[in-house]
Parts: sequence; structure tokens; C-alpha cells
Amino acid sequence: MQWETVIGLEVHTQLATKSKIFSGSSTAFGASPNTQASAVDIALPGVLPVLNKGAVECAIKFALAIDATLNRINVFDRKNYFYPDLPKGYQISQLAKPIVEGGALKILVGDTERTINLTRAHLEEDAGKSLHEDFHGVTGIDLNRAGTPLLEIVSEPEMRSSAEAVAYARALHTLVTWIGICDGNMQEGSFRVDANVSVRPIGQAEFGTRREIKNLNSFRFLQQAIDYEVRWQIETLEDGGRIEQATVLFDPDSGETRMMRSKEDAHDYRYFPDPDLLPVKLDEDWIESVRATLPELPAAMQLRFQSEYGVSAYDAGLLTGSRALAEYFEAAALTCGQGKLVANWVMGELSATLNKAELDITQSPVSARQLGALVARIQDGTLSGKLAKQVFEGLWEGAGEVDAIIEARGLKQMSDSGELEKIIDDVLAANQQSVEEFRSGKEKAFNALIGQVMKASKGKANPTQVNDLLKAKLQ
Amino acid sequence: MSDASLSALAAQLAAKQVSSCELAQQYLDRIEALNPSLNAFITVDANKTLAEAAAADALIAAGKAGSLTGVPIAHKDIFCTDGWLTTCGSKMLHNFIAPYDAHVIQRFKAAGMPSLGKTNMDEFAMGSSNETSYFGAVKNPWNTAYVPGGSSGGAAACVAARMAPAATGTDTGGSIRQPAALCGITGLKPTYGLVSRFGMIAFASSLDQAGPMAPSAEDCALLLNVMTGFDPNDSTSLEREKEDYTRDLGKPLTGLRVGLPREFFAEGLNNEVAAAVEAAIADLQKLGATPVEISLANSQLAIPVYYVLAPAEASSNLSRFDGVRYGYRAPEYANLDDMYCKTRAQGFGAEVKRRIMIGAYVLSHGYYDAYYLQAQKIRRLIANDFTEAFKTCDVILGPTAPGTAFKLGEKSDDPVEMYLNDLYTIPANLAGLPGMSLPCGFDSKGLPIGLQLVGNYFSEAKMLNVAHQYQRVTDWHSRMPTNL
Repeated sequence: MQWETVIGLEVHTQLATKSKIFSGSSTAFGASPNTQASAVDIALPGVLPVLNKGAVECAIKFALAIDATLNRINVFDRKNYFYPDLPKGYQISQLAKPIVEGGALKILVGDTERTINLTRAHLEEDAGKSLHEDFHGVTGIDLNRAGTPLLEIVSEPEMRSSAEAVAYARALHTLVTWIGICDGNMQEGSFRVDANVSVRPIGQAEFGTRREIKNLNSFRFLQQAIDYEVRWQIETLEDGGRIEQATVLFDPDSGETRMMRSKEDAHDYRYFPDPDLLPVKLDEDWIESVRATLPELPAAMQLRFQSEYGVSAYDAGLLTGSRALAEYFEAAALTCGQGKLVANWVMGELSATLNKAELDITQSPVSARQLGALVARIQDGTLSGKLAKQVFEGLWEGAGEVDAIIEARGLKQMSDSGELEKIIDDVLAANQQSVEEFRSGKEKAFNALIGQVMKASKGKANPTQVNDLLKAKLQ
Repeated sequence: MSDASLSALAAQLAAKQVSSCELAQQYLDRIEALNPSLNAFITVDANKTLAEAAAADALIAAGKAGSLTGVPIAHKDIFCTDGWLTTCGSKMLHNFIAPYDAHVIQRFKAAGMPSLGKTNMDEFAMGSSNETSYFGAVKNPWNTAYVPGGSSGGAAACVAARMAPAATGTDTGGSIRQPAALCGITGLKPTYGLVSRFGMIAFASSLDQAGPMAPSAEDCALLLNVMTGFDPNDSTSLEREKEDYTRDLGKPLTGLRVGLPREFFAEGLNNEVAAAVEAAIADLQKLGATPVEISLANSQLAIPVYYVLAPAEASSNLSRFDGVRYGYRAPEYANLDDMYCKTRAQGFGAEVKRRIMIGAYVLSHGYYDAYYLQAQKIRRLIANDFTEAFKTCDVILGPTAPGTAFKLGEKSDDPVEMYLNDLYTIPANLAGLPGMSLPCGFDSKGLPIGLQLVGNYFSEAKMLNVAHQYQRVTDWHSRMPTNL
């Protein structure tokens, strides 16, 4: 039987506000346990939540960026359950009226573009952390994270492969970091993915029973977990078994998912509107003032890069992989006016070197201005591609600016045609056999002669000029 | 000294006839003498009180005194008080020392009013007799075989016995007004949102409101001036211009339309209470007021609505008492779930557990619409009745409670009978309206009778005006129990 995979993702994005969603405590990561937990965060008797407007603005930005509907009246609900890292015994969330409804995200899988629709996104507070490892027989509770604002972004079950799920998660990651509402740091838990996975025979209209894989904190784990889960579900069904609705965890060491709780263990969360918080109205002025702070979005930038810099749709997609990368590209392109060439350098030499050094674009030793200057020297004929790579190495090592490196290392392309003519004459004289062969119709011999000239010039000859002069002399 | 009004005490302090320390010591002595029999206080700490009084004396000496600086006050043990045990009447918090001050406490501190201690109350403010306190029942000063009402029973009893010139209380379904009535003092529950709830241990967040309790309406007006005001730490706190609640006290009542809700004078009302209230209406007529009959038809549903909504909120509000971070934790348990179960089974009393169970039930899947949502709709209808009524009257008047104080233990086995005691007070909480109780007589057993006023939103000054004018021509509020 042929099976179809159905995936929907729920992504918890930690919002990049300075303080928590309902208290003034800092949200900074990595502080000593419980040093960023105020009376409100640890839920002392009598304390009350006060909504952080910045968190609401993050949600507004997100809604505007994905062209979603913003609910004008926002109600916060209490989700009641007991757990030691949930100090109040309830989480403040949004059930019936999420701030964001609908919207869509474009993803690219291979060469195929797809649109994934979103169901909703709602504001809620994060819980603290239970620390099981460093204590013997007891559990430590760190409430620094308790109350950190989250936007839980829920997609429709529209993805049909782990590759699509990863592409969607990546596109979402790009967007939320792009618009500055999330730092995107997956190791620190700023972007956590839950995947709802089911399978069904191809052609069947109803969804199969889903299992939810919780808390995937890397794209690789997301892919591995879904692939394992899909295989497991298909095998189970083909062996005559049934899938029970459940929540599972992915173990990166074994590469397997394992049952956390079944549907029978599901809580009754007894949701009801939080009486400590009044409904929040979003008026048009507020929404418009937030819209004014939105940067140009990746989709718009891709189109503009194609029209303004003549880069391909594919390259435009890659160049807008992150806002930092796009800004780097554009700054370099503006320095030299050579968008296409800059795109090649950014996606080629620069990316490869950064990858090798495990550096981010923001940590690049070669600045956008320097790369632009380098490309300008290629364009004006000072540098050949090969020489340019040597200059790039100099820039990477911090040896100075482009022109200084060219000067200091004598990397200037030969522009004196008298000098070049002399080299060509010497090469022709020393390679009579090749000259004969060319004249007798062997085109290959011409390339060999060019190679010889380039070699003799130590790579500094301008290949176009060599080509022209050589042709003239052989006629 | 012990029957002096707040303004008289303030005048004596200002004239340096008495110091705040002397005054505090006098009240501390009276607490020491009477508390063993009345059990009105859970915590008394003379050193802390006298230190605060000394600070007040320093302010007075420096000429920096406010209008009530140096006048001591007792606080209901529901308000978190920095450095003081704050128990909320529960074993769950029997060892909890608050690390911060509630907004109300901050305001009284800023006004230079020393705290005389923390008053007893029904556990987590759930009760109408003060019998649910983990720290034992409070006795009614008029007859110690009787309850003082609740949940602010300690506050009402300590003021009635003049162990404190005034006290703070909180009112979720009548917890200021009913004990004020049963103890023969004046108490006011302000419009919801007027007094910050920050630091006040939550029972039912959408209903809870703090207010003053004192012998007279004038005292309450002075205290309200201290207590009210916007607090950015409470999202339900209202941002309004500061009012002087004493401003209308002296106004004549000529032309005042007093609404008498038919439903508050119907079946279930004790005859002696009815007669006292009728007499008060006659007194007000003599002062120029006109009675107007009104109807609050949906108020008959107030008790069932309240006992869905308040437990629903409470079941969630009390989840934080889980033994993890502070307060009581069961000494022995097998695992996490066992720790939760034992801690809460041992830490909460029967009435609190009953309400948590009711609340969890009405919020649970499949019952939410039938109970919680339905109750919210009726709550709106009850509020609408008041809005209609205030088109034809300026203030609503009736009995505070259906009867006078009952005997200790008399109703403690019958929760529904107990709940009916709040029949007349609950509607104002559901509507968010201000309400107050003032003494209007005594029954044949010598127990006080309370008269309730309910005003429109933000009409505290008008209610206080009516109450003060009534108190100018009556002396019920200045009578004191003589048997102590």
C-alpha cells in the first residue's frame, strides 16, 4: 500500500522582549537558577499579572508579516494543571480567541514552491525548568524561564514530508528572526517545535490518527524524528496494528520516538478567562504604529533583489535566508553596483569559507564593504577571478583593505599590453608545435597556449586580453 | 479613648495630647486583655507595632504628619505584610511570612498608620461565620456564644470590641458587610477596581474588593481616602482622579430617592431585622429622603451564580498552594502526586476543599457551558437590574443579612444554610457595585442589626453621605458591648 504522510507543526517561539510577559523580570538566558524570578514569577500569594505590551506587539508584527487576521479583542485564559515548574498551577494562555488567526507562509522544497497555511498563533507564558540531572533523588526547579513570553504558532496539517516540515520550520525561523520577535536560538530553546504526524493510504480523505512529537530543538532532529515516526506508524499499520493518539518524545541518541503519555492520560485543563487580566483591545492606531516598525519582509526582498540586482529567483531565495545575510548582500552590492557578481561571491567563496570556519554571516571577518570593493576590482579588470580569491584570503586574514592587499602582494592583473605582448611572443616562440597544431585546425591547442601565457604571467594577465592578443598574433 | 473616632484620635495626636506609641500601647493592652476570649487576632507583634508608632511620632514631631498619621489600624490576615506572618486563616500558610507589602498595606504605611496586627478570618475568606479559620473561630463581642460573621470576622469583632479603632477587610460576597452587620459596626465594600488587589490573597479575583471597617461612616470615609487609588500592579485597578470621600458627608438628604428592592423584603427575612430596617427608612424620610420601590428580580439567582463563579475562580487561584515553594508541605509522601494530594488534603480545611471541588467541577470539560458560562450570563442580568434600578433611585437600601448573629456551630454543618446568609450582599459583588453596612438597631437578644446601602458605580461619597446623616440622628454605631 502507498502511504501519505500528514504533518502539522506547533512552534513555541520565545519572544525577544527584555522583560517577562506578566512581570518586570529579565528574560535573559543563562543566569543562575531563580535569580530572574520575581514575586510574580514564583507566584507568591497575592501577586497579579500585568501584561507586557511588547509581547503583544511581537504578535502584531507576526500577524502583519504573514498577512493573518488580528483579533481586535484579546482574552487571556488560564490553563490549569499541576507541575512543580508551573508556579501558579495554571499557565496564562489564549484558548478561544488567539491574537493571530490564519495567514500563510511560502516554502521552497527543491524547486517546488508551496504555501503552508497557518491555523493560529497565540500568546502565552513559558513554564520554568525542572532539573533532574544535578541532584540526587530530588528535582531542582529553576523559575528563571517562568513567565517568558511565547508565541505558539500552529500550522494547518498541510505538510506531506519531513522535508516540507523542515522547510516550513526553517521559513518560520527565518521570518521570526527577520522581524526581530525571536532570537531564534534553538539550543537555548527559543524556537521549539512540536510535530503532529499521521499517515494515511494515498487517496484517503480522512486523516489518520496522529501522534505528537514534543520539543524538537533542531531542524535535524525534526527531520529524523518525523522520518522515524512515519516509518514506525506505517510498519505498525502494515503489521495490522492501530495507532493510538499519543504524545511522544524523540531520543536523539537512539533516533527513536517513545511514548510520553497516551490520550487517556490527557489533562482536563479547565480553561477559563483569567479574571486578573482585562481583555486587551488592539486599535488601528496601535496596529499601524507597529506596522511602521516592520522591516522589508523576505518575500518582498526576494522580488526586489531579482529586479534591482538581476539575481536569479533561486539565489534571491538563498540570499534572503536570513536578514543579516540579505543586508550583507545588499550592502556589498551597493558598494560596487554588481549584484550578480556579489551574489556569486556571497553564495560561493564567502559562504564556503564561513561554513568551514563555523562562523555566522554576522561574524564574517570580511565586511560587506570589503567584499563590494573586491568585486569592484574584478569588474574594472584589476583582478582576475583567481587573483580575487587571493585578495579574499588576505581580507579574511585581516591583512587590510582590498587595494592595499593588491599592492602589497603584487596581485594586480597585468594591464600593460607591451609587457603582455612580450610574454606572448616568448610563449609562441617556445611552443612552435602548439602553434602548428592550431594552424592546422586543432582548437584545443589554442587553450594550451592561453594556459602557457597565464602561467608565464604568474596569473596576472587579463584572460580576455590574452585571448584577444593571441588570436591577433596567430592570424 | 476606646470609643474615640478616627478624626478625634487624629486631633489628639496632632494636639500632642497623646503619642502614637501611647495610643498603640493602649490598644495592644486591650487586645491582650480581650483576644483570649474573642480570638480576633491571629498575629500580634507589639514590638513591630510600637516601632511603627515611634516612626509615626517622629513624623508628627517633624511636622510631616498626614491626616491619620499615628492612628493605629488592624489588618485582615489576607493582606501580605512584609515581615509579618500572613496566613489567610489557613494551615496552608501557617508559616508564611510575606516578603512584600500588599498595595493596601503600603498605603496605610505611607499614611503613617501603625499596624496593630493581623486579624482572624475564615480560611481563604471562604465562610460567613469565621468558623472555617484554621486558627479557631472568632467570637462575637456582643455575645461570645455567637459568631461575628465572616469572612472578615476578626476585623469586625476587633473594631466592635474597640481593640482597634479601625480595620481593613475584604469582601467577595459580603465578607465586609455581613460581619459589620453582625458586630454592629460600619463597613464598606468599594466599587470593584477602586482599591488595588495586589498583595491581597485572591479568593475570587473578579469579585474580591478590599474596604474599610470602623465604627462610623465618617471613619470609613477617612480610611477610604487612604486605601483607594490606581495601582499599575493590578490590571483591574481603575485609573481615576483622586476623590475626597468625606466631601459630601454633611450634605442634607433632601430629595434623596431610596430604592427598596421588593425581593430584599420578602420571605426569609427575620422580623426583627425587617422592623429595624423599616424604622431606619422612617428615619431617613424624616431627613428628607423618599422611598421608591424597585425590583432586582434576578438577584434571587445571586447565590447559585456566586457559588458557581467564586469557586471556579478559587479552584484556580488556590492551585499555587501546592507545597512546592512555600507554606505547608505534607511531612511524608511517596512521589510528586502524593505530595500534592497529601499537602492539599492536610493543608486545606473542609470548606476550602468543598469550594475547590465545586470550582473544578464547573470548569471541567462538558460542564463549563452549563455552569460557568451560564452563570456569567446571569451575572450580567443581575448587573443590568441594578442599572435599571438606578434610573429611579439614588441609593438602594435593605437589610445586610437575613438575620442577626447565629450561634457558633449552629450552621456549620449545613453549607447551604450558611450560604443563604449572603443573599443580600452577593448581588453587589456580582455587579461590581459599592455596598456598605451600618448598624440600625438590636434584636431582642441584644445582637446588632445591619442596614445595607448599595450605590451606583463610584457613588461611595453619596453612600457615605447617607450613612453619615443617618448616624448623626442615631446612636447605634456608637454603642459598645458592655459585657467584655
